[in-house]
Amino acid sequence: MPIPDLYRLDELFTEEQRLIQRTVRDFVDEKILPGVRQWNRDAVFPVELIPEMAALGLLGATIQGWGCAGVDYVAYGLIAQELERGDSGFRSFVSVQNGLSMYPLLAFGSEEQKDRWLPPMARGEVVGCFALTEPDFGSDPGGLITQARRTAGGWVLNGVKRWSTNATIADLAVIWAKDEAGVIRGFLVEKGTPGMTAPEITGKLSLRVSVSSEVHLDDCHIPAENALPGAVGLKTALMCLNQARYSIAWGAVGAALACFEEAVEYAQTRIQFDRPIAGFQLVQAKLARMWTEITNARLLVLRLGQMMDQGKAHHAAVSMAKRYNVQTALETARTCRDLLGASGIVDDYHVFRHMANLESVYTYEGTHDIHTLILGQELTGLAAYA
Amino acid sequence: MNILVCVKHVPDTEAAVKIAADGKSIQTQDVNFVLNPYDEYAVEEALRLREARGGEVTLLSAGPEEAKKSLRTGLAMGADKAVHLVCAHRHDTLTLARALAAAAGQIPFDLILCGKQAVDDDEAQLGVMLAEALSLPSVSAIVKLEVLDGKAVARREVESGLEVVETSLPAVFTAQKGLNDPRYPSLKGIMMAKQKKIEEIACAQSDSQVEILDLAYPKSRSGGKIVGQGAAAVPELVRLLHEEAKVL
Repeated sequence: MPIPDLYRLDELFTEEQRLIQRTVRDFVDEKILPGVRQWNRDAVFPVELIPEMAALGLLGATIQGWGCAGVDYVAYGLIAQELERGDSGFRSFVSVQNGLSMYPLLAFGSEEQKDRWLPPMARGEVVGCFALTEPDFGSDPGGLITQARRTAGGWVLNGVKRWSTNATIADLAVIWAKDEAGVIRGFLVEKGTPGMTAPEITGKLSLRVSVSSEVHLDDCHIPAENALPGAVGLKTALMCLNQARYSIAWGAVGAALACFEEAVEYAQTRIQFDRPIAGFQLVQAKLARMWTEITNARLLVLRLGQMMDQGKAHHAAVSMAKRYNVQTALETARTCRDLLGASGIVDDYHVFRHMANLESVYTYEGTHDIHTLILGQELTGLAAYA
Repeated sequence: MNILVCVKHVPDTEAAVKIAADGKSIQTQDVNFVLNPYDEYAVEEALRLREARGGEVTLLSAGPEEAKKSLRTGLAMGADKAVHLVCAHRHDTLTLARALAAAAGQIPFDLILCGKQAVDDDEAQLGVMLAEALSLPSVSAIVKLEVLDGKAVARREVESGLEVVETSLPAVFTAQKGLNDPRYPSLKGIMMAKQKKIEEIACAQSDSQVEILDLAYPKSRSGGKIVGQGAAAVPELVRLLHEEAKVL
């Protein structure tokens, strides 16, 4: 039985938005859900699905031109939601390609850079990645120590980056480094550039259907035209993160819905004490609470999407949605895992995988606590980071 | 090659259908409607023929205002044009086939594709009746279609086998599952569909020749019955299967 749409949220979307959602939903049902258990066991991201996601138009979806579909932000949100209903790894892939690779090109790149890179990125022929975080600088990116020094013909980069999604499989990396004056700048480094390697981080118990990497830059020389002319200052890097956070806030809804639907169905069919456990008050209390929280989360991102489309979304509003929705999704996943009892710990069901994934999502793109501090600063005018 | 595809807007197969208060129709409120799944095969086949041979794919649907949504889905898949025969009330299939035939007369086509049936009323009549109304040959429930010069060879499913049929063109074909793997409407297709105009034709308000008197739910299934255990229970089981269930 599908979950009733109590608040008639469907009516809040346009016909195009619903068609786009349906396309991605069908893709997830037919191409992702049948394989996801094995990919998760094997800790592989199925790169063979990249051309299919590109053919649907998911890559660079919000961009007008360069072969991109040019959909609105609400539609993009629905794409993220449906992908993460499958697995956070697919939503992460699209968030990174769109928000952290294509967006910096669009916002800070030269016309030549856009014309060269955006079309093949939309076609999925060029996979992008974004490297800001370092082993010693996560929540405090402004302290990063990767160096960019000017040379006769361009720049030379030195440093180590960590937790860069897709870097191992990427054809183009957006690297953030400090110049001699200590100003953070964005650079494009092509795959195969001598001095750059991107080993994969193994042993992850979360986001297993996603490539997470280190990026090592050892006297990596790049030509002058590979600097992103507009990417100057930490703020420009944070603008990219805002894009990704937006899609995460929507994606979390998808993961929460996947867990919730699985738990409701389980509770209706699992018999204990001669009746479905869904008939017990303790179970209903959990379901009622989760349903309300998920509805809240959906309304929050819908309004945020409308503001994104009007160019009015404050970065703290994005933080609020990322913080609230991921927390809601993580708590939902944990409660659903509980409702499934022992079945909840095996991968015959999706809930544990989502729960484990959401632990990463809770931490990446600004930890839950950092978003709390962003909201705190917005509310009080006082920064509490250090 | 110009291809006309007839499509229908039907309740989603996952929807829980409820009978309306009049007892003769279904509640449409709160039910998600979609492009009839068999029509998706028809649209996909038309798009592939166009991609191979050029021409245009035109969609034709009869129904209330809402039917435009399924036309929009077909346009998003890649069809070039859509014509909506606006009918406020439900017609019997023969009346509908005649109305569609009249509309089809104004659209140039080399062949017509339909789904083999609509998943709401499951009549599986429209395609064949449309062919009759247009005095064209028809091949129903096809799983393969090859278009040659002025003729086509289709494979259709028959009881425990396949039948290979050759026909002159134009002709009407109805699509069975297996004909192809319908594409997802891409984001670009969906955005472009917004720009495509849906032409409206008023439906001649002829009376329906068939009236639905009553709709009823199927009997709800009761739980199974355990006859006994081991070999001793077999004779009783056989007797019940024979006399009660009447399957032996």
